[in-house]
Amino acid sequence: MTEPTGLKSWITTVDHKRIGKLYFWTAFCFFLVGGIEALLIRSQLAQPNGHIVDARTYNELFTMHGTTMIFLALMPLSVAFFNFIVPLQIGARDVAFPRLNAFSYWVFLLGGIFMNLSWFVGPLFHAGRMSVAPNGGWFGYANLTERQYSIGPNIDFWLLGLQILGVSSLAGGFNFVITILNLRAPGMKMMRLPVFTWMTLVTSFLLITAFPVITVALAFLMFDRFFGTHFYELSGGGDPVLWQHLFWIFGHPEVYILILPAMGAVSEILPTFSRKPLFGYTVVVYSGILIAFMGWGVWSHHMFSVGLGPIADAVFSSTTMLIAIPTGVKIFNWIATLWGGQIRFDTPLLFAVGFIAMFIIGGLSGVTHASPPADLQQTDTYYVVAHIHYVLFGGTVFGLFAGMYYWWPKMTGRLLSETLGKTHFWLMLIGMNLAFFPMHFIGLLGMPRRVYTYSPDLGVSDLNLVSTIGAFLIAVSMLIFIWNIIRTRTKGKIAGDNPWQGATLEWATSSPPAVYNFAQIPTVHSRLPLWNEPESVAQRAPSGHIHVPDGSWWPLVAASGLPLLATSLISGQLWLAFVAAAVLLVGIFKWGFEPFEV
Amino acid sequence: MSHAAATHAAEGHHTSMGLDSRKMAFWAFIGSECLLFATLISTYLIYSHRSLQGPYPQDILNIPFTSFSTFDLLMSSLWMVLALAAVQRNDMKWAKVWLMGTVIGGLIFLLGQVWEFSHFVEHGLTLQRNLFGTTFFVLTGTHGAHVFVGVLWLFTLWVRAMQGKLTSKNAMTVEITGLYWHFVDVIWIIIFTVVYLIQPVYHG
Repeated sequence: MTEPTGLKSWITTVDHKRIGKLYFWTAFCFFLVGGIEALLIRSQLAQPNGHIVDARTYNELFTMHGTTMIFLALMPLSVAFFNFIVPLQIGARDVAFPRLNAFSYWVFLLGGIFMNLSWFVGPLFHAGRMSVAPNGGWFGYANLTERQYSIGPNIDFWLLGLQILGVSSLAGGFNFVITILNLRAPGMKMMRLPVFTWMTLVTSFLLITAFPVITVALAFLMFDRFFGTHFYELSGGGDPVLWQHLFWIFGHPEVYILILPAMGAVSEILPTFSRKPLFGYTVVVYSGILIAFMGWGVWSHHMFSVGLGPIADAVFSSTTMLIAIPTGVKIFNWIATLWGGQIRFDTPLLFAVGFIAMFIIGGLSGVTHASPPADLQQTDTYYVVAHIHYVLFGGTVFGLFAGMYYWWPKMTGRLLSETLGKTHFWLMLIGMNLAFFPMHFIGLLGMPRRVYTYSPDLGVSDLNLVSTIGAFLIAVSMLIFIWNIIRTRTKGKIAGDNPWQGATLEWATSSPPAVYNFAQIPTVHSRLPLWNEPESVAQRAPSGHIHVPDGSWWPLVAASGLPLLATSLISGQLWLAFVAAAVLLVGIFKWGFEPFEV
Repeated sequence: MSHAAATHAAEGHHTSMGLDSRKMAFWAFIGSECLLFATLISTYLIYSHRSLQGPYPQDILNIPFTSFSTFDLLMSSLWMVLALAAVQRNDMKWAKVWLMGTVIGGLIFLLGQVWEFSHFVEHGLTLQRNLFGTTFFVLTGTHGAHVFVGVLWLFTLWVRAMQGKLTSKNAMTVEITGLYWHFVDVIWIIIFTVVYLIQPVYHG
């Protein structure tokens, strides 16, 4: 059975592995875009009274840096692994709804492009400059985002872009919940699922419960801006604090949406490279679930400075400190997994251990925010920027790179270079600590975030220069990674099915896996099938024809209706809304009625 | 969500939970929708005493009229149950009747909402007028949009039935449509209770 090739086969693909790769490359490109934005920010701040960019551009840069990294880079990079790895880990031939999966990808791609077009379309809005990019910060606080204070289309691009991306996240969330619950191979009980699959399930539940809240919050903002309602508008009796509540009710589960997949990847890598089962599997799984539950009860710790009163502050302070417990439990379990193992410090493990170390630092500074009096000193200073980067860069990005080095041979059939990988790791580790550790001091010394420059009198000039040097070191490490990818395409060592001697089912398939994944759907009897029962899951050549679903155009057609709808709103062209609705309807109906068999 | 002919993924396939994947996905979707409406209803309640100027709910809401709409929507849920039962026993003649009945029930509700909205606008209650208008129209409008999608969906099933392409093999499709329809109905009962029956009293 040969796999179809060519552009059409990629555009119409419903294969989870191809969609995973599409997710990966798209998200990686956005990761680089977000990185370039970060470098511009750091260049501007390298010295006091910098002149690299003006204040308006700076506002756009930090807003788009945060939004891009969170919604267009880190989340979809996690989803790339959900797509590629989860069906393999549970012994399935695809996800439950392959076309819905393609739809998620296309909506994500088009939503990302829509939001980033704002960099170039200023002239269309007579803005007097090229860029009308979002400029209200990644959490877009009302009432700054109201039409009265943000007249141009900048905030509209942000809110409509996020609205489109939300559709993608919701569709993906439903798909993975059902895939994991319903498509497990025989014998793959819930408590035999690999931890990465478990964390995918937990994350998917968070996606389908948290995104409706931000959808409504953004819809309110849209109504305020386009139709003159008063949801966040004081003069009409509305309350801007409502936005903060709704945003953070979504926003804090979102933080766990970002970190849990990385925790899952690390929980796969540590056992493989220490030749030991994960210490306390059950406890690790239940802590993940508990983190997700508790993540719903901590949102107001983002709002201590609003003045919600001592009762609210005390309650949210306590819940925030409590959530450190299941997180700490995981960290101790990871360390105990390494303890007494036959450790092999290959690149994936380096990144996994780097994840643990950096995430501990980020976790500790997080606990300091949990105390309202301390938080009042830290709010809106660089201390918070330091914290978020230790958890999202030191945590999520390190975890995702660990996953890339670990699963690269499975995705491509070739091993990334270890020498380049280790160089990448050390440069990135040193770079991130140079970039983000000084920010703790910069913040405590009083430098506010989101201000485009600072005075030499503040006494933070040297620390800022160090931070900028660190940022460029991270950029160099990324160039090494890209070089590693390019080199591996032709010169990389052929991986074989199971180069790391992993224990979970994805390693039973060939590298890269055949289009049908498993010639025979394996029956599993334990958590670590390739260690405990390699014969029973070993794959032989397929005995007959294995059906794989055909491609479909309609997910792409349906997906393109959404950016059209957003364009009609932002341009005020009503006729375009009818075109968009027609495209959406045709796409959905054709999708519904086309002959399609999984 | 594909709701078409017998072409979908998990139909007839073995699944780990022993349940149809589409049906499970739909329950997950309903769970997600609960949070959507919870956010809308909470906002309505939080803002219920905060309008700076009239018209206030007690000036304008017409409980007898909306009670009729509510009764109509409840009845359409009954027609939906009967439609599913007819499809399951492959009685396509009655399936067509009850499906059309459900569509008409939905349409009557929507017409009622259109009349209600335009009546309110005539009496000075608009989206922009006060917080009551802002929250009322967005909440009930979102619900109305859901009813509209349901009517389109049911109408599609009715057309398929008229074409002879809907049989008892598609019972799961009709069952999922029913899940959606009943969910939209339940949400309306909550909205009717919260918005119409338990009105905040303004002393403007």
